[in-house]
Amino acid sequence: MKILVPVKRVIDYNVKVRVKSDGSGVDIANVKMSMNPFDEIAVEEAVRLKEAGLASEVVAVSCGVSQCQETLRAAMAIGADRGILVESAEELQPLAVAKLLKAVCEREQPQVVICGKQAIDDDANQTGQMLAALMGWAQATFASKVALGDGVVNVTREIDGGLETLSIRLPAVVTTDLRLNEPRYATLPNIMKAKKKPLDTVTPQTLEVEVAPRLKTVKVSEPPKRSAGERVADVAQLLDKLKNVAKVI
Amino acid sequence: MSILVIAEHDNQSLKGATRIAVAAAAAIGEEIDVLVAGQGCGPAAEACAQLAGVKRVKVADADHYAEQGAENVAALVVAQAGGYTHLLAPATTFGKNLMPRVAALLDVAQISDIVAVESADTFVRPIYAGNALATVRSVDAVRVITVRTTAFEPVVDGGAGAVEAIEAGADLGLSTLVGRELTKSERPELAGARIIVSGGRGLGSGENYHAQLEPLADKLGAALGASRAAVDAGYVPNDYQVGQTGKIVAPELYVAIGISGAIQHLAGMKDSKIIVAINKDPEAPIFQVADYGLVADLFQVVPELTSALD
Repeated sequence: MKILVPVKRVIDYNVKVRVKSDGSGVDIANVKMSMNPFDEIAVEEAVRLKEAGLASEVVAVSCGVSQCQETLRAAMAIGADRGILVESAEELQPLAVAKLLKAVCEREQPQVVICGKQAIDDDANQTGQMLAALMGWAQATFASKVALGDGVVNVTREIDGGLETLSIRLPAVVTTDLRLNEPRYATLPNIMKAKKKPLDTVTPQTLEVEVAPRLKTVKVSEPPKRSAGERVADVAQLLDKLKNVAKVI
Repeated sequence: MSILVIAEHDNQSLKGATRIAVAAAAAIGEEIDVLVAGQGCGPAAEACAQLAGVKRVKVADADHYAEQGAENVAALVVAQAGGYTHLLAPATTFGKNLMPRVAALLDVAQISDIVAVESADTFVRPIYAGNALATVRSVDAVRVITVRTTAFEPVVDGGAGAVEAIEAGADLGLSTLVGRELTKSERPELAGARIIVSGGRGLGSGENYHAQLEPLADKLGAALGASRAAVDAGYVPNDYQVGQTGKIVAPELYVAIGISGAIQHLAGMKDSKIIVAINKDPEAPIFQVADYGLVADLFQVVPELTSALD
């Protein structure tokens, strides 16, 4: 069974983003870029399924600029067998990425696609569900446990009221939540090995996918700042403030 | 403008988030219909008909909508989408699961998690964990939108919408519910609570979390929340998590106890009206957003605060 794992190159989660003064976006020049953390969890899960003998091959895919090769190498250092870069310098929005992934799925015929539930840059939380829709497949989003069976996968999902477990038919799309696993650190030998793994490059044109953005960003602005309030000395003063100044209790 | 809101409900009653999606719809236009897909969902449909501003409630009642799985409900929404300019749902795990599927089937973008309506085609949404706000304009004929549940005032009752049954779609048979483990609690729901008492890694253990925070939450009539660190450490279940990837909350009073204040946590609570932080580390980032900060050992001051509330 083949597993496909889409991975996205995003601003590292430790970087505090800055809004550009002209309001055209956030500054990504000279900023550390990394694999989206949810996608790292997805790669780890796929590699564990392979190590458990439940999957035969793990293929990582990334859509974007040529530097996404680094993201694919990072996925291969965790244990993905090969990488596919869909190279494009255009802004790729979730619907466009889902269409590109559909084209890749039609070529690769995976049984399961495991992707992160959202990217920490645009916080859209769409691509996995959109891919499932375009393929006519089942979906299980926000997974905290994945049990692969014969023709089905049982997925425990983190939902607002607690947890729910679905049994969905394969092929299917699973999107990962935070507690699915803890991704391993890539070791130096595995990083070296990853450099020799196959990496193919295709383009939206060769896949015959139209990727023009459907949403135009009019402006990007700073949210209103919340200023630090005051320090209180003790519980009595805190209660006094809450009762008599803020009047919330 | 003609708007269809997808109701989130449990067949018997309406989830509070539906009222917020209807409120966002009212900011877009006046023609508001609500779609209720469920099994034996008559009571939920009746509740929708009473929401202020709702014209029609379309009800699809069938066995395969009982659990409101994304595959079957998305197909139903698409079948009903003709004539609507906007399709809305709350940005809860229900709406986030469903709406991108609807958007892809309609070959349109989804606009996630809107916090403001600028015009019928232009919306504001947070990106980068709320560290920036993007104003986006849709060029699609139909706008598929999820609504951040802290960003609009819930609509009240007072409407008299007409309830009409619609034909259910076929069961796609892609997905079966094995079971649900829902957290049972007498407390208010985290998403809509007026006061939230939230705990972090500083509590040290699940036992401490419950021993310290529950009596305080009882006195305040508060919901309980937690940081990602506390959930990851197993103190409390996942549905307690407040933050970028957990629940987004904006209560009147948010009491952060033993929470350092990582960016990802602040993203989930910084729109609260009043924030209180109790932490023994005076440098903790949570103090930069707190209205009232108390630098102290929580194991000493939380019981003190609880007993002072008598």
